[in-house]
Amino acid sequence: MFKYKLVRSPAPAWMRILIPIVAVLLSFLITSIFVLVAGANPLEAFYNFLIAPLSSQSSALEVLVKSTPIILTGIAVTFAFTAGYYNIGAEGQLYAGAIAAVWLGIKLPGLPSYAIIPLMIIGGFAAGMLWALIPALLKAYLKIDEVVTTLLMNSVIMYFVSFLLNDYWRNPQSGYPQSPDISEAAHFVRLMPKSRLHVGFIMALVVVVIVYILIKRTPLGLQMRASGANAAGARFAGLKVSRTMLISALVSGGIAGLAGMGEVAGIHYHLIEALSSSYGYTGIIVATLGGLHPLGVLVAGLFIGLISTGSQTVSFALGVPVYLGDIVQSTLLLVILAMLLLQNYRIERR
Amino acid sequence: MYAIEMVGINKTFGSLKASNDVHFCLEQGEIHALLGENGAGKTTLMRILYGLYRPDSGDIIVDGQKAQILSPKDAINAGIGMVTQHFTLVPTLTVAENIVLGHTHSHTISKKDIEEKVKAASEKYGIHVEPSTLVKHLSVGERQRVEILKALYRNAKVLIMDEPTAVLVPQEVDVLFESLLRLVKNGLSVIFISHKLNEVMAVCDRITVLRDGHVTGTVKKVDTTQKDLARMMVGRDTANMVHQTGRQTGAPIYEVKDIHVMGNHGLEALKGVSLTINKGEILGIAGVSGNGQSELTKVLTGLLTPTSGSVTLEGQDLTHAAPSEITKAGVGRTPEDRHEGMVGDLTVAENLALEDLDKFTHNGFLDNKAIHKNAEMMIKDYQIKASPNDRLRNLSGGNMQKVVMARALSRNPKVVIASQPTRGLDVGATEYIRKKLVEERDRGAAVMLLSEDLDEIMALSDRIAVIYEGCIKGILSASEATTEKLGLLMAGAC
Repeated sequence: MFKYKLVRSPAPAWMRILIPIVAVLLSFLITSIFVLVAGANPLEAFYNFLIAPLSSQSSALEVLVKSTPIILTGIAVTFAFTAGYYNIGAEGQLYAGAIAAVWLGIKLPGLPSYAIIPLMIIGGFAAGMLWALIPALLKAYLKIDEVVTTLLMNSVIMYFVSFLLNDYWRNPQSGYPQSPDISEAAHFVRLMPKSRLHVGFIMALVVVVIVYILIKRTPLGLQMRASGANAAGARFAGLKVSRTMLISALVSGGIAGLAGMGEVAGIHYHLIEALSSSYGYTGIIVATLGGLHPLGVLVAGLFIGLISTGSQTVSFALGVPVYLGDIVQSTLLLVILAMLLLQNYRIERR
Repeated sequence: MYAIEMVGINKTFGSLKASNDVHFCLEQGEIHALLGENGAGKTTLMRILYGLYRPDSGDIIVDGQKAQILSPKDAINAGIGMVTQHFTLVPTLTVAENIVLGHTHSHTISKKDIEEKVKAASEKYGIHVEPSTLVKHLSVGERQRVEILKALYRNAKVLIMDEPTAVLVPQEVDVLFESLLRLVKNGLSVIFISHKLNEVMAVCDRITVLRDGHVTGTVKKVDTTQKDLARMMVGRDTANMVHQTGRQTGAPIYEVKDIHVMGNHGLEALKGVSLTINKGEILGIAGVSGNGQSELTKVLTGLLTPTSGSVTLEGQDLTHAAPSEITKAGVGRTPEDRHEGMVGDLTVAENLALEDLDKFTHNGFLDNKAIHKNAEMMIKDYQIKASPNDRLRNLSGGNMQKVVMARALSRNPKVVIASQPTRGLDVGATEYIRKKLVEERDRGAAVMLLSEDLDEIMALSDRIAVIYEGCIKGILSASEATTEKLGLLMAGAC
């Protein structure tokens, strides 16, 4: 039926680097159609997407602010995917981390920064792990598909957040669905004057480095990579595949929890329903774009941060909807996924 | 006039001649067996007849007329139906829906209508099915009946049955044979693919034996014996073959006792397998594939826990041990399928280290230098054509198998489980792997060699056990094992 067929054959190294670049160009070509439909000039739009945000210090720093939670969720997803556990629940785990951070920040007002911040980090991580626990156990011991369960857990926690904000934590004066603020001591330090850039960005970088070392340099990392690449082969070699999967799922949840904690301590200082604009799902895009390599994820996270900052610039400058940024992101993912095929396959004429 | 005539069929896959000038004639109203070992070319020939493969040359003649069969659709139109081992039914549809699927000739379907039609067909052919039952609720035997009725519903005059008894319990086999005999009386012609002599002798009128892609003979059942058939099936020039006769072996070290295991189809895959291996001995396990070798490999390598029985090494119980514990106890384990048993996306060095990560861990971190050095050493020792950082999946089959062997043998194991170690390898790699196994034996290891290659078994083994339908049919010493004796045992003759 088709004139062409796919032949398994690994791509040379130069092509592996070229693939994401070509994918980005191709995505821009495709999204140009939408830009035109929105009544703007594609070149101008992409200038505002990619160049304008970097042209001033304040907006360049804003790119880093936007990247912070995305890098963390991207790393969280990477950690799970590496072991063959498809965690779609980073969004929910992020909120779990945020709830724990807010709770600690409200309940322990007297503590100094050096005590409350580490407590919130530990609490956020633990809460993320806890939210990841049930799907992870179901997968490791009963082989229940984690894609479905982790995804459903996202809805569960959103309703729980809604309950907290509309009942338990509802602001008694304003009546807004918004928790009380955490103590001043629980705020992340701002890194630059007149910018929202906070210590959370440093935390994200540290996590990238730790995860890189874990995956590439430790026995656990090797076990994860083996289990993820071929569970049967790993099992044959005597590895405990279920246990490895469980650990990676929980750590992944913990890292996603840190993303939520960071947004609370660095940006919002309280819990709101719109704490995350789908950072958990964007993490999947970032992890895929970054080729499940921690450093690749860092670059991809910064890139997506740039696009989402840029989408505001574009909408401001050209009067197009902010959602254009989402379209660019989603198109990019589809194109990348299609092109990733070329890493391991070659197209041949029949 | 024959129902089917296949003339001068040739088919090659790469360098393998799967069909070599095959002539095959099916008479009207007979059950004709196609008998042969694995890889003899039975299934290839039938896939050609059913339009799944195109022959390189040769003709197919149906009812005296040359037929162009390029797809299963052509085959069905020519009145040919095929029932494979792996059923092609949709589990979530009903029996009636499955039977009419692709044969409805209209855009709408009335459930009542098709159920009546299927019921009528069921009565006409004497094959009992319940039209409104969902296929997923049927037993394997019942599903097979649906497959047969599906073919007949499409007006098949010729029915190809590919090892139909492999998935059935004995009672179901009897029912199947009764149905086939009745259908043949009413004019159906059946091609019955099998490697089981007693079955062939029980139901077939004529038998065509294939070996290595060519026909070694077509005989009438009444003119032949199981012994003759076994010779035609496995017999070969054995003049140059060296046997391991009269070697002294050591004391018993590894004992497999009365192992039972459940298989995929709810049938027992191993029905009480007992074996003992001595130090410095190669015990060959011969058999046609699918008779329990995979399950035995899985039990011995720790991937499958038997329902009963025991495995002991020097008195240490390994029946319920995890793979890593079995390795530690001194068993060199190799997987039956090297692609499944290794991790293709990891490097050669990582795969070589995977069984013994503790050894390559220093202060909680991987000792990449040691992993690399270990790999370099093994690559040199085992003449592997690769560098430590190559991804395993990019290696040739022979080099991949050398990595498998290197990992298993590097700890000087007391017992070596070698399952299909040379399957799909070229001559050079095959020779090398066999030489290694003999070296292991000479070192004093007890080697269990599971192989479908009878020549390999006969050339290397001190003793040969034959596995058939999950049972050890017999154990022969190298001096008493002849292809004829082994062939009879492998084909289940009594």
